[in-house]
Amino acid sequence: MHMCLAVPALITKIDGTMAEATLSGNETSVNVLFTPGVKVGDYVIMHAGYAIGIMSSSEAQETFDLLDEMTGEDAEE
Amino acid sequence: MLRSDAFRDPVIVEKLKEKIWAASTRSIKIMEFCGTHTHAVHRFGIRGLLPTTIEMFSGPGCPVCVTDTADIDYAVALSRIPDVIVTTFGDLLKVPGSRESLLLSRASGARVEMVYSPLDALKFASDNPSYRVVFLGIGFETTAPAVAASIVEAERSGLGNYSVFSMHKLTPPAMRAILDFHEIALDAILCPGHVSVVTGWKAWRFLPDYHHIAAAVAGFEPVDILRGITEIVRQCEEDKPRIANAYPRSVTREGNGAAQEMMERVFETGHASWRGLGKIPMSGLKIRDGYGLHDATRLFDVEVPESSSPEGCHCGEVIRGVLAPNGCPLFRSVCTPAHPVGPCMVSTEGSCAAYYLYG
Repeated sequence: MHMCLAVPALITKIDGTMAEATLSGNETSVNVLFTPGVKVGDYVIMHAGYAIGIMSSSEAQETFDLLDEMTGEDAEE
Repeated sequence: MLRSDAFRDPVIVEKLKEKIWAASTRSIKIMEFCGTHTHAVHRFGIRGLLPTTIEMFSGPGCPVCVTDTADIDYAVALSRIPDVIVTTFGDLLKVPGSRESLLLSRASGARVEMVYSPLDALKFASDNPSYRVVFLGIGFETTAPAVAASIVEAERSGLGNYSVFSMHKLTPPAMRAILDFHEIALDAILCPGHVSVVTGWKAWRFLPDYHHIAAAVAGFEPVDILRGITEIVRQCEEDKPRIANAYPRSVTREGNGAAQEMMERVFETGHASWRGLGKIPMSGLKIRDGYGLHDATRLFDVEVPESSSPEGCHCGEVIRGVLAPNGCPLFRSVCTPAHPVGPCMVSTEGSCAAYYLYG
């Protein structure tokens, strides 16, 4: 594995500190101890079996808005 | 919007490229700290998109590569103890020690098991009560919280046969060490994205504040990396170094407080020996006394003869960025991913493996 590679996983079910997630189309389990506010439907950054962060879709949207602004054209998703 | 393909959009990549070409007038040297960045830079052909004014150097951000040979030797020695099962991330298996690798040790009878998570190592411990299970803790701030959590869980559930050999290291002290060596006149650092998810981007403020060096935290998709470089070029052109967060969907100023607390609870900082960088104060994570029953270095008194690095191996220089992998006489001739001489060719994050795979 890439030691610092972490991948986005979509949370589908939460049971205490363990959750189920979809990762590149596969089901996997992920420990959500470090992301106490996590909800079903969130994307988490998964590393070594743990969610180390929740990804912000609004920040992702802002990135694209910023890039649109920067490039002066609409960028397709 | 969070799908990675959105961050590989060729139209946006082209626009960012044009922006960088238009903005870049002065020659700058950028180091990508992180090995996963190095691989992404090669895999996506990022260097080929940049003007000749921008030179990229690979940094020490590969945990396997910077692991000292003496630590590998200790891990191999642990695997030789009859009632020990060594559990490890796969990358470490093929790293040559002074005499042998963990893989060779396994081939001659030792129990060495590959895991993807310290949670799997805990399961080995509960499934094998008559064995002592040691997890080889390597990795930076990205990985250390998960390993810390496994120690707390072992303590909570009374798994007395679970311990960790902590080789965990902190990234900012290594970055400082590289800058203090003054071997490369770096203008900017592309800071590691997933370390920063845990530490927050504030961990890198010393780069502009004390070293007057431009900095951007970036993710690992082409758009992320080019956005980071765009930010760096802007800072360099204006001669106003700061820290830009080019990965805001994942990285915040403060980082992940719960993960930081877990690291703090289980580990304390101490000296660590880095391959290529030597001994760096306060750069390693040692297990606190309170969790000493799960600290392999306190449980196993093994004799390890003096370590030696592989003959002719230039991984040290590659780790510091002063030698490109293809400048090493062993590269591709003697040293290949199938028969690696040094760790930079072994690890999926190593610079040599990146050069070998992507040319």
